[in-house]
Amino acid sequence: MKKLLLATASTALIAGMAQAEDVKLGVLLGFTGPLESISPDMAAAVDLAIAEVNDSGLFLDGSSTVSSVTADTGCVDANLAVASAERLITSDKVSGIVGGMCSGETTASLQNVALPNGVVMISPSATSPGLTTIEDNGLFFRTSPSDARQGQVMADILNDRGITEVAVTYTNNDYGKGLADSFQSAFESSGGSVTINTAHEDGKADYSAEVGALASAGGDVLVVAGYVDQGGAGIVNGALDTGAFDTFMFPDGMVSDALEANFGDMVEGSFGQHPGNDSDGGAKFNEAGEAAGFAPTNAFAPESYDAAALILLAMQAAGSTDPQVYKDRVMDVANAPGEPILPGELGKALQILKDGGDVDFVGASAVELIGPGESAGNYREIEFKDGKMTTVGYR
Amino acid sequence: MDFLNALIALANYVLIPAMSYGSQLALGALGVTLIYGILRFSNFAHGDTMAFGAMVTILVTWWLQSMGIGLGPMPTALLALPVGILCCALMVLATDKLVYQFYREQKAKPVILVIVSMGVMFVMNGLVRFIIGPDDQNFSDGTRFIISARDFKQLTGLDEGLALRTSQAITVITAVVVVALLFWFLNRTRTGKSMRAYSDNEDLALLSGINPERVVVYTWCIVAALATVAGVLYGLDKSFKPFTYFQLLLPIFASAIVGGLGSPLGAIAGGFIIAFSEVTITYAWKKILVYLMPGPLEPDGLVQLMSTDYKFAVSFVILLIVLLFRPTGLFRGKAL
Repeated sequence: MKKLLLATASTALIAGMAQAEDVKLGVLLGFTGPLESISPDMAAAVDLAIAEVNDSGLFLDGSSTVSSVTADTGCVDANLAVASAERLITSDKVSGIVGGMCSGETTASLQNVALPNGVVMISPSATSPGLTTIEDNGLFFRTSPSDARQGQVMADILNDRGITEVAVTYTNNDYGKGLADSFQSAFESSGGSVTINTAHEDGKADYSAEVGALASAGGDVLVVAGYVDQGGAGIVNGALDTGAFDTFMFPDGMVSDALEANFGDMVEGSFGQHPGNDSDGGAKFNEAGEAAGFAPTNAFAPESYDAAALILLAMQAAGSTDPQVYKDRVMDVANAPGEPILPGELGKALQILKDGGDVDFVGASAVELIGPGESAGNYREIEFKDGKMTTVGYR
Repeated sequence: MDFLNALIALANYVLIPAMSYGSQLALGALGVTLIYGILRFSNFAHGDTMAFGAMVTILVTWWLQSMGIGLGPMPTALLALPVGILCCALMVLATDKLVYQFYREQKAKPVILVIVSMGVMFVMNGLVRFIIGPDDQNFSDGTRFIISARDFKQLTGLDEGLALRTSQAITVITAVVVVALLFWFLNRTRTGKSMRAYSDNEDLALLSGINPERVVVYTWCIVAALATVAGVLYGLDKSFKPFTYFQLLLPIFASAIVGGLGSPLGAIAGGFIIAFSEVTITYAWKKILVYLMPGPLEPDGLVQLMSTDYKFAVSFVILLIVLLFRPTGLFRGKAL
């Protein structure tokens, strides 16, 4: 009899849980392919946000839980990405997707699957400027800034310093070319002039030809859109040695400890910028991430946490898991006005939203959505003073 | 004054960099050409042999630096060079014993040896990365400049600066000395003559009592010395990174083939031809023309024959032209 009672009770319990909604969140990342090394940490960051929401016990009706379903995009494989997105939406019935990872694959799964099925996608890492203008019916967002944004920031920094003429060299890949081009158009439209915009190959034996061409074209500052452990260092070395340039601008690929160690005392007055913000969100996220056993400092892990948190908060704000309903609340929870929300405070945010309040999600990457729903991007401006890399400010 | 400025700009951006790059290529190409002439195969492991020798030299340099031993204004690496050469020679001799000797006894075709050398290349490649890591290593010390661009401007009052780095001067001087020694050795000494005889005709050399194994050992030792010197000079002048040494292989082979594989003189000429063509054809002549031309004729554009992206293409076009019209190379080496 006792056993029977127990069995009945537990059956009732299970039945009760099944009635509450289990919200599924798709995690559509490149678990294989060129960025496979960082995707596990990105997925872990998504799970961190989900765990936080589940632990709070405040999500939607209070008994709903969230779980993640992962799927692979291969990063460069549009067919695989489309098939995975199809599976997430039609067979796993996810209510929102954190992904895709790389720009091309994201475009493919957005246009072919998410858009026709009306599911919200928030990409943590697709940075192509093309995604800014894509037709998305308000379903697509990203917590990473467009590459065009850094070009604009660079133009602003130069204009603020009163520099009107620069030479540009970039590493010959999509990153370098995209950045150099977006910078050139931003700088020229604000009245500056680019004397030469030329590529350099990484891992080359000798950069005297490149430096010669750059020197001949002239300019007040040399913009090196390259990598500090690759050709970028060779170009800077050559330019310093021949006396062609002594002031440089370093975009994100160049700003690192290695730059300070190798060139610190030779590039006095040079400046640059890289993604960074002065909010406490990053530090809080790092602590939480380390406690959860993944590498929170890996690229795009903070953005992934933010993407997942935004979807869940938007659902809470709308009181619905229907993408057509909560898609309109993503911008509201991401931006001011409202109570600023840092990592670890999702429970607080859920409570505020439940009470009908307003939140401004800051998150791990100080996310601020602009335009059609992409991160404004925060950059730390640096300058070399007395051989040390110092922070000038944040943009 | 304008003429002087033009001349200085030309020297600063074209002549001096191309001279030192050319010397480095020439030293590398000499090693390749010696192996080709005497052991009769194209040694693809040469770039990584250079990296290995340079790596040992760097490790010894670091040790010397930590002991406080230095050469004053000269880089300490020069002091460590003999150790580097020795270790590199032991390394290639061991490789020869373990790998090449087997194929030599089989009288394997050169193409098989080429593939074998690629295998050796990958092993050495891994070994170097394993010991010193894939990152950039900095080991130059001493005075960096003989004259820096800024000092030159102050000294002469010209608008253009001329920079001459210590490493560039050392590179060119060492290259001249090493080449002179090599030629003296090949032409004047008994061993050198036996090596040339072996290169000309293996069977005849055997008949006249030349010990082939000894020739092989000497060849490897010389090649190790050349490779280490080239590798260290390159590392001093630019930077040491295992991957760039692997990349150096292409221009080095281009130099050796343009000059004529098997011809030491050709290797040197080839090195300079490749270096100068890479720099001059992709140089933007605007700066120099602005100095030389009267006002109205000054160019607006960059006056650049080819964008620097095509730098490698330049050396390969030269290579193609030479192979089409003079397959034995400029100095009549052995045809490939």
